[in-house]
Amino acid sequence: MFNLTTFRELVIAALWTGLLAGLLLTAVQQIQVIPTLLQAEVYEEAAVVAKAENGHEHHDWQPENGWERTFFTAVANISLGVGFALLIGSVMCLRSRPSHWRTGLLWGMAGYLTFFVAPSLGLPPEVPGTEAVKLADRQSWWLITVLDTGFGLSLLAFAKTKTYKFFGTVLLVSPHLIGAPQPEVPGSAAPAELAQTFISAAFFANAIFWLAIGGLMGQFYKKDS
Amino acid sequence: MSSTPVLLDNAQKIPLDPPLSKGEAEGREISDKILPAMLAGILGLVLLYTAGFAEAAQVHNAAHDGRHSASFPCH
Repeated sequence: MFNLTTFRELVIAALWTGLLAGLLLTAVQQIQVIPTLLQAEVYEEAAVVAKAENGHEHHDWQPENGWERTFFTAVANISLGVGFALLIGSVMCLRSRPSHWRTGLLWGMAGYLTFFVAPSLGLPPEVPGTEAVKLADRQSWWLITVLDTGFGLSLLAFAKTKTYKFFGTVLLVSPHLIGAPQPEVPGSAAPAELAQTFISAAFFANAIFWLAIGGLMGQFYKKDS
Repeated sequence: MSSTPVLLDNAQKIPLDPPLSKGEAEGREISDKILPAMLAGILGLVLLYTAGFAEAAQVHNAAHDGRHSASFPCH
């Protein structure tokens, strides 16, 4: 048998959490993340135009700049927020402890470290027009790093023995010892300062996003045992 | 106010659940905790994959700025 009530409580809490955290992130992004990205895009487009002499390019649909683009970014942010909230809710449900917004903040910090900080150490947030290796290689490194960091942090936080904690540390550092796939000739259409601004802006915006997801999920998903 | 004693009376008449056997407790743990948590986690991963990784050009373009901001490998 499957307890539908527990599942429904989790999903409803995650929907509210994702909605609020996604809207908050969309607002925070307007301060620096989006303006920097749009600036970088001007350089990227100039570089693309310079490369393509024969203008036979096929263009897929993309949202118009302005409200339409912001709307779709908000939808993406909310989807990511609900997705991350479901993952946090899932571990909250498995841990036999009552949840609270303060414990939620801790889960949020763990999520920030796992899903943003650790992969960003090797593959920093990029403005459009940055040189990079094949997408599949970067996605693989990203996924391995997220899994290693998640398991590593869990072992460090919850394991009882030193051996497990040592194993957790090995998991945490190994993706960075191996190193992320980097292009042979790094470069970007946009100036380096712009890329740097984008990195710090993304670190800040995602910290707010994750603390909101954790705190709200801890608040909304109340469980008794 | 008069209904409170009635409620209390009824509560006393409800028989207590007999203690669970080990197998029953494990079954309850699976149905009450593990399965809902797993299903919620899978649902979360599906959402994250769609918003963060799905390759379809339209999905990519719609979620473009969100992916860059979240530092998901993009392009």
